[in-house]
Amino acid sequence: MSTTAIDIATTEASNSALEKDLRKKRYWAYGVTVFFALISIGTFLYSEYYIYLSVYLWFGFIYGMCLQYGRFCFSSAFRDLFAVGVPRMAVGIMIATVLFAAVSAFITSTGLSTFHAAPTSIHAFIAGLIFGVGMVFAGGCASGSLYKTGEGNMSALLVILSISVTQALFADMAGWTNALVPDAWHESAVAKGLPDTINAGDGWVDQYLAGYVWNQPVLTFATLFGMSDESIAGAFLGNMLVGVLFPAALLLVIVYFGWSRRAFLRRRVKEKGHSTFRDELAGYWAMITANRRTAIAGLLLGIFCGLQMLVTQGLRVKFGIQNAGTLLERLGFDYGISINNTVFDPGYWYVTTQEAQWVGWVFNKFGADNMDNIYFGFVNGIPNPAVNPADWMSLALIGGAAVMALLHNEFKFKKPTLELAVWAMIGGALMGIGSRLGLGCNVGAFFVRVAQGDTSGWLFGLGMIGGAYIGVKFFNWWTERRMAKEFASCDL
Amino acid sequence: MKFEKRDDGVYVLDVKGYVCPHPQIYTKKALSKVQPGDVVEVIFDNPSSGESIAAMCETTGDEILTKKHDGGQFVWDIEKA
Repeated sequence: MSTTAIDIATTEASNSALEKDLRKKRYWAYGVTVFFALISIGTFLYSEYYIYLSVYLWFGFIYGMCLQYGRFCFSSAFRDLFAVGVPRMAVGIMIATVLFAAVSAFITSTGLSTFHAAPTSIHAFIAGLIFGVGMVFAGGCASGSLYKTGEGNMSALLVILSISVTQALFADMAGWTNALVPDAWHESAVAKGLPDTINAGDGWVDQYLAGYVWNQPVLTFATLFGMSDESIAGAFLGNMLVGVLFPAALLLVIVYFGWSRRAFLRRRVKEKGHSTFRDELAGYWAMITANRRTAIAGLLLGIFCGLQMLVTQGLRVKFGIQNAGTLLERLGFDYGISINNTVFDPGYWYVTTQEAQWVGWVFNKFGADNMDNIYFGFVNGIPNPAVNPADWMSLALIGGAAVMALLHNEFKFKKPTLELAVWAMIGGALMGIGSRLGLGCNVGAFFVRVAQGDTSGWLFGLGMIGGAYIGVKFFNWWTERRMAKEFASCDL
Repeated sequence: MKFEKRDDGVYVLDVKGYVCPHPQIYTKKALSKVQPGDVVEVIFDNPSSGESIAAMCETTGDEILTKKHDGGQFVWDIEKA
């Protein structure tokens, strides 16, 4: 056989192997989708109440697909700006936030919103700062780690484990940590008169919440201007226009001038010999539309996040409930329900609390007395993860991302190296602590809150930006150190 | 992470197994060290890093000569501007 004939035979064999591999991945993608469909259908046939959980599941699945398609990671938004001067994700997130804000304004004005604003104070900034450092170390934010797990990335799975365990431990920490609680927090927490079983005067996080955070004002841009959140003016002008659209546009102008303008105008001058104000506008628009995948993902996320609120609230009205805890009790699951008969049931996209819950549930099963704190015992509960609506959402998010990655031949099972495992654990732990201090992560404390006009969302976001900057400075030093030897061996 | 010289003006940066932000930071540092016209072959398997590296090259003017993608692994040849 001639060399050319051998080459052709080899290429054909390799193409055939590639096609076989792609077909196998496609079957896996269909398999994962069918698996979730069977869960939805099977549980619905058992009881119609399960449709409430399936709504979480399918929105989670969609979020996973969108996140993987757009490589949508909040961590990279500011990290990549500072590290490599790339604005694509900062732009994508602003697009998603503005879209989500528009849909949310409509839903809020109809009175069907499931959102509750959080207290605003410096704690949100500090929490964001810790979270921001953590997400750079971990290589992804809380939601990014979920979708990357779906791509087969086991470092991201370690990040999720670290966030989950850290939160469950941190929320229930007492003993020596009580000595770190200011007297004013302790007195204020005790004065709240919470049930004795919760014991709000014991535990650092309990006293932080009841003694400090709950005393801070709950503010939205609408209420700042004397409007109610549910009024059309409050929802559209206060919370959407002033609270989201103006700051987002300003942030994008800063990003344009800081990171995008110079390269764009350099190209224009090279082409035409000069640039005008029209070119500036074209440059701003080019920055926004530069990455089609990210922009499309942002657009879809914004719309579906709003729709989830609407659908969940519709089901609450249909079943005559305020919280999924009632549904779980009707289904015969009363283990791990909070003292208020509630479980964590935000009705919108959220990531970290359900991660804390499943570890809290495991700890409880192994004998830990962790229902005597505000986080688990008074508010969120620790229901069995198999019937926890928010856990359905997170698992389906991983599944949705896996399906998208498999369909695009981007799924690859990757074991972490020791170095990455260490960064994952440290980063995850910092994100876990930041989440509990900020009452949410990049999704719950930033994305959702900002889109609803909650002022604490921007404070958390500013903290995240600061944290990302610190994290990048550290990694620049770290990589510089690691590459010095390699450069030297190449005489560079 | 491995960075080595393959030939005159041709370098290989292998960052397989790394997640964000490592591949893009290593790529940026490698491109900042080599001479204009030199080519760096970047091997990575973190899909989102590809988006960042492509956008980074768009900004700096470095040209991505070839992109290969197989089984979740990416091999890109980038020429420094």
